[in-house]
Amino acid sequence: MLSWIWLVPVVPFFGFLILSLFGGFLSRRMVAVTGAGSISVSTVLGGLVAARLIMEKAGEVPMAFHQVWWTWVGISRLRVQIGFHLDAVSTVMMVVVTFVALLIHLYSIDYMEEDEGYSRFFAYMNLFVASMLVLVLADNFLLLLLGWEGVGMCSYLLIGFWYREPANGLAAQKAFLMTRLADTAFILGILMIFSHLETLQIQEALRRAVVTWPHGSSAAVTVAALFLIGAIGKSAQIPLQTWLPDAMAGPTPVSALIHAATMVTAGVYLIARMHELFELAPVVQMTVGIIGGLTLLLSAMSALAQQDAKRILAYSTISQIGYMFLALGVGAVSAALFHFMTHAFFKALLFLVVGAVSMRLNHERNIMKMGGLRHDLPLAFWTFLIGAAALAGFPLTAGFFSKDWILWEVWSQESGSVWLSGSIWLWGMGMLGVFLTALYIFRAFFFIFYGDQTTQPDRKTPSWALSISLIVLAGFSLMGGWVEWPATFGNVALFSGFIGTAIPVHRASAHVFIEELLIQALSVGLVLFGIFSAYLLFLRHPGLVEAVVGTTPGKELRRAALRGWGFTRLYNWLIVQPFLKTVRVSKHDPVDRLYTRLMVNPYLWMAQINKDDFLNRFYDLLVTVNRACYLAVRRVQNGHLRWYARIMGAGAVVMMGMVIFL
Amino acid sequence: MMLGWLLIILLVGGVLAWWGERWGPSVPRWIAVMALGLDMALVLGWVVVPFAQGSLSSEALWMAEWHSPWIPRFGIHLHLALDGLSLLLILLTFLLGISAVVASWTEIQRKIGFFHFNILWVLAGVVGVFLAIDLFFFFVWWEVMLVPMYLLISIWGHERRAYAAMKFFLFTQAGSLFMLIAIVALTMIHFEQTQIVTFDFLQLKETSLTVEQEMWLLLGFFLAFAVKLPAVLLHPWLPDAHTEAPTGGSVILAGLMLKTGGYGLLRFALPLFPHAAESIATAGMTLGVIGILFGSVMAFAQTDLKRLVAYTNISHLGFVLLGIFAMNAYAYQGAVMQMIAHGISTSALFILVGALQERMRTRDIRRMGGLWSVVPKHGGFSLFFAMASLGLPGLANFIGEFLVLLGVFRVNIILTVFAVLGIIGAAIYSLFFIKGTFHGPNTEGWTIPDLGPRHVALLGVMIVFQVGLGLYPQPVFQAADPFIQTLPAPAPSSPPPLTWVP
Amino acid sequence: MNHVPLEQGLLLAGMLFVLGLAGLLARRNMIFLLMSLEIMLNAAGLAFVVAGAKWSAPDGQVMFLFVLTMASAEVAVGLALILQLYHHFHTLNADSVSTMRG
Repeated sequence: MLSWIWLVPVVPFFGFLILSLFGGFLSRRMVAVTGAGSISVSTVLGGLVAARLIMEKAGEVPMAFHQVWWTWVGISRLRVQIGFHLDAVSTVMMVVVTFVALLIHLYSIDYMEEDEGYSRFFAYMNLFVASMLVLVLADNFLLLLLGWEGVGMCSYLLIGFWYREPANGLAAQKAFLMTRLADTAFILGILMIFSHLETLQIQEALRRAVVTWPHGSSAAVTVAALFLIGAIGKSAQIPLQTWLPDAMAGPTPVSALIHAATMVTAGVYLIARMHELFELAPVVQMTVGIIGGLTLLLSAMSALAQQDAKRILAYSTISQIGYMFLALGVGAVSAALFHFMTHAFFKALLFLVVGAVSMRLNHERNIMKMGGLRHDLPLAFWTFLIGAAALAGFPLTAGFFSKDWILWEVWSQESGSVWLSGSIWLWGMGMLGVFLTALYIFRAFFFIFYGDQTTQPDRKTPSWALSISLIVLAGFSLMGGWVEWPATFGNVALFSGFIGTAIPVHRASAHVFIEELLIQALSVGLVLFGIFSAYLLFLRHPGLVEAVVGTTPGKELRRAALRGWGFTRLYNWLIVQPFLKTVRVSKHDPVDRLYTRLMVNPYLWMAQINKDDFLNRFYDLLVTVNRACYLAVRRVQNGHLRWYARIMGAGAVVMMGMVIFL
Repeated sequence: MMLGWLLIILLVGGVLAWWGERWGPSVPRWIAVMALGLDMALVLGWVVVPFAQGSLSSEALWMAEWHSPWIPRFGIHLHLALDGLSLLLILLTFLLGISAVVASWTEIQRKIGFFHFNILWVLAGVVGVFLAIDLFFFFVWWEVMLVPMYLLISIWGHERRAYAAMKFFLFTQAGSLFMLIAIVALTMIHFEQTQIVTFDFLQLKETSLTVEQEMWLLLGFFLAFAVKLPAVLLHPWLPDAHTEAPTGGSVILAGLMLKTGGYGLLRFALPLFPHAAESIATAGMTLGVIGILFGSVMAFAQTDLKRLVAYTNISHLGFVLLGIFAMNAYAYQGAVMQMIAHGISTSALFILVGALQERMRTRDIRRMGGLWSVVPKHGGFSLFFAMASLGLPGLANFIGEFLVLLGVFRVNIILTVFAVLGIIGAAIYSLFFIKGTFHGPNTEGWTIPDLGPRHVALLGVMIVFQVGLGLYPQPVFQAADPFIQTLPAPAPSSPPPLTWVP
Repeated sequence: MNHVPLEQGLLLAGMLFVLGLAGLLARRNMIFLLMSLEIMLNAAGLAFVVAGAKWSAPDGQVMFLFVLTMASAEVAVGLALILQLYHHFHTLNADSVSTMRG
C-alpha cells in the first residue's frame, strides 16, 4: 500500500498528459471528468497512503517511508535518485494539497464552464498538482527543485491564462521572474550543500550538517540564508512580495489553489523541512521571524486599503504566511504547519466565495460596488462568514487554534541569545496583526453582504459541484482546528504529536497556565474588538467617520479624497492614523517601484543600447579598413594602356636602379 | 571499416540526391532521409545494441576503429575511431540531420537536389570531425563542413544571405587557419624529438612541450574551436549566419556545428595541452560566463525571432565553455549533456520559428501576438521548448546546466554566482519570446495554418528525447564516462572555508 | 671576322629599346604602340645576338629566333585585337579604350 505513493503525483500528471494531448477531442464533460477525476484518485490514494503510514510505522522514529525509483544523476560522488520521502511533514502537505486541490477542481468545473480554454485550464491545474506533490514528496534537493520550478511554471501559465490581455501576461512574467530571482539563491544553496556535505539527499544532508557544521558556523548561516531567500521569493514575503497581488490576474480557482493554499506556502515547507539547518543558524532563524512579523503587519495594512476583493485576499495571504514565518522564526515548526493547514482551508474558501460572488455579478470584483448581497446569495454569505471568522481567529474556528498556538509559541520563546530577546516585539506584531486581520476581512464582509444593494446578481443557481466545494471547505474551516487543542482547553495534541515524529517538537518549556489563558483572552478580545470596529466604522456609523473627519486634520483628508483615494482610504486614515504613511506607501508599493528603477530599467536600457551588438563593431571596423585599402589600390587599375606602360617602365627603371646602386 | 561506411554513405547519398532530382522533387528528400536513417541503423546495430547487451565494453579506449594509410610519407592516416563521446554526438548528428531534412520538406522548393547534396555533405563533415583521430584527417573534415554550409546559407538563405555567408566563411576560416598552423607546428616539434612524422593524435599526445610551446599551440586550437563554439568576442558571425540560413541550415548550424567546437576542445585541446589548459582555465570560464550573460541580454533585445534564438545559442554554449574549463568530472559531464540537450532544444526552436516564418513571411516579433488561439499546437510546442531553453528542471537542459554549475562551484564561487544569474536571463528572453508571439492580442489579425503532422511527429520525438534525457540522463553519463576519465582533472581543491561569521 | 665591340652593340640595342619605350609612352595610336613594341622586342633580340657573338655561343641566336617567333605571334594576335577594337570603338586611340576596368 505504501509503495503506491508514486501514483499520487503520477496520476495528476497523466491527467495533464491526456488533457494536453487529446484535450481538443474531448467533450467538456470528459475534460471535467479527467481533470477532477485524476485529482480525486490522487486524493484517495494520498489519504490511504497517509493512513497506512500512521498504522504501519506507528512508534518508529522517525516515522518515515522511503521509496526510490531510479538513479537520476550518478557521477562520481553525486548520487541523486528519483525517490520519495514520506514522513509526517510531507504527509500533512500531501493530504492538504490533494484535498484542497480536489475541492477547487470541483469548483472549477462550474466556474470555468464558459471559458474557451476549458481543457487547457484543467491540464495546467493537473500539472500544477503533480508538481506540487513532487515538491513535497521529494527526497532530494534536485527533485525538490523540479517540483519547485514546476509549480512556478504552472503559476506563470495560469496567471497568464487569459493571454489576450497584455496586463495578465505582464503579471505572469513578473511572478515568474521574481520567484526565479529568488530561486537563484536557492540553487546556490543547493550547490553549496553538495560541495560541503557531498550529498543532495535532504535527510542525509541534514544529518551530516548537524554533525559537520558547528552551531552558528558560517557555512550553515550562508546556506540557511540562501534557502531563506528562495523561500521568501516563493512565499511572497517582504521584500519580494510584490508579485502576489498582481498574480490575481489569473482565474479565481487558480488564486485559491496556487496563490493561497499551496504554492505560496512552499517556502514555509522548505524552511520547515530544513528545520535542523535553520536551528544551526540562529541569526537566519531570527531573520525569518522578523520578516514574518513585518510582512504580516504591513500586508494586513495594505489589505485594509484595497478595494478589489481578490487583492484584499492576496494581501491577506501574504500576511498569513507572515504568521507562518513568525512561527518558523521561533522554531515552532508544528505551529507553522498547522497554520498552513487551516489557512489552506479558510483562504481557499474565501477565494472561492469571492469568485462565486463575482461570477454572479458579471465579474465585478470591487467591493465598493457590491453591497446587501446576503439575501440573494445565502450560501456565499454563510460560507464567507465562516471563512472570515476563521481568518480572523474567532474562537473555536480553525484559525483560532493555529493563530493562538503561534502567538503562544512566540510569547513563551525562551530568549537564549541576544538576537531572540526581541521576541516580545514579534509577539506584539502578531497581536496587532490579529486586530488588523479581523478589521480588514470584516470590512470586506460588511461591504459585500450588508449596506445598500447596488447590483443585482443574475438568477443562476449554483451547481452541486460548486456548492459542495464551498460547504466542505466551510466545514473544515470551522472544525479543521479541532485536532489540536491548547493546554488550556483539554490539551489534545494529535497534530503536533504527528509532526513530532518527523521533527523534534518545539514545545514551550513549561506551560504557565494562567499566562497562556490570559494571552488567549487577549487575542480573543482583539478579534472581537476588530470585528466590532469594522461593524462600527464601515456599517453602522459611516457618519461617525465623517464626524471624526471634522475634528482631525480635515483639510488633508479632503485633499486626499479629491485625489480620488476613495472612502476606504479615508477610513484607514482615521483608524490607523499612525500607520497611515505605511499604508499609503504600501498601496503604491515603493518596493515594486524600486525594483523597476534599479533592476528592470537598467536591464532594458542595457539590452536596448546594445541591440546591435557592440562587439560586432570591431569586426565591422576590420571590414571598413580592408575596404578602404582595396579602394585605394583599385585606382591604379584604370584601364589606360599607356598608364600601365608608364608604370611598367618606371618599375623597370627603379628595379634596375636598385640592382645597380644597392 | 564500419566507421568509414558511415561517411561513405553520406557522401554518396549526397551525390545521389543531387542526381536524383531529375526523377522528382521529393526523391532527394527521401534519399537524404534514407541515407541518414541507414547510418543511424548501422550505428545502433553495430555499436549501441552490443553495448547495451554488454558484449562491447566501454572500458576499452575505442569502441570501434578504422585505420588505413593515406599519405604515408607524411604520416597521414585515414584514422577513424569511436568512443562514448563520439557515439553520443554522431547519434545526435543523425537525429538532427533527419530533423533538418524533414523541417525543410516544404520550405525548400528551389534546387532541391543540390540542397540535399549540401546537407548530406555538411553532415558528413560533422560526422568526420566527430570520428577522425588523425589530426590532418580531422582538419580535412573540419573544412569539408565549411563549404556546403556556405552554399546553404548563400543560396537558400534570406534577405542578407550573401553578407551572412561571407561573414560565416571568413570567421571560421580564419579560426581554422590558426589550428592548421598549430597542428603543423605540433607535428614538427614531435618530429624533432622522435624523427617520426605523424599526425596521429595518440602519438602526438606523448610529445613533451615546453610551457611556452604548449601555450601557443593551445591558443591556436582554442581560436578555431572558440570561433565555432562560439565564445563571446568571436561570435559576431553567428547571429547573422543563423538568422539568414534556411531552417535546415540553422538546425545543423546551431545543433551540430557549434558542438564541433566543444567537441574539439574536449577531444584535442585539453588532452594535448593539459597544463596550458589548466593555466588558462579561469580565463576560459570567465569567457563562458560573459557569454552566458551577454547572450541572454542580447537575445532579449532582438525583435527578429531567428536572431533571438541565435543569441540564446551564445548563452547556452557559454555553459559548455564554462563546464569544459572548470575541469572536473561534474562539469565535463554537464558540458557534454548541455551539448546534446541544447542541440535538441535549439533545433526545435529553429524549426518552430522557421515554420512560423514560412507561414507568416516575417520574423518580426513586433508584428506577432495572440497566435495561441490561431495555432495552438505551434504554441504548445513553442512553450515546451522555451521552457526547455530556460532550464526547467525535468528537461535535459537543466541537467546540463546544473552539473556545470555544480562543477564550477567547486572551483570558483564568484563565477558560479554570475552564471546562475544567467538562468534569470534565460527566463527573461524565453518568456519574452512566448509573450511576443503567442500571448497578447492578435493585432494584425493573422490567420495561418497550424503545424502539419510531419512537424508534429518530428517535434514530438524531440520532446520525448528532452523529457527522457531530463529524467533518465544516466546512459549519457555512462557512455561519456570512460572518455571523461581520461581528461585532465586537477585535484579538486576543497571549497575554501567560509569564515565571515565570528 | 670583324667583331663589333660589345659596348657599341649594347648601346645600339639600348638606344633602340629607349626609342621603342618612348614611342610606347608618347603615341596614342594603337598601331604605333604595336610598332614601338616591335622595336623594343628587336632591341632585346639585338642584345642577345650581340652577346652571343661576343662569347661565340649559338644561344644568343637561338634566343633571337624565339623572340622573332613570339613577336610574330604577338603581332598576329595584337593586330586582330586592334581590328576588333576598331570595329567596336571606331578609333585607334588607346586612351579612349579604357572601359575594361579591373
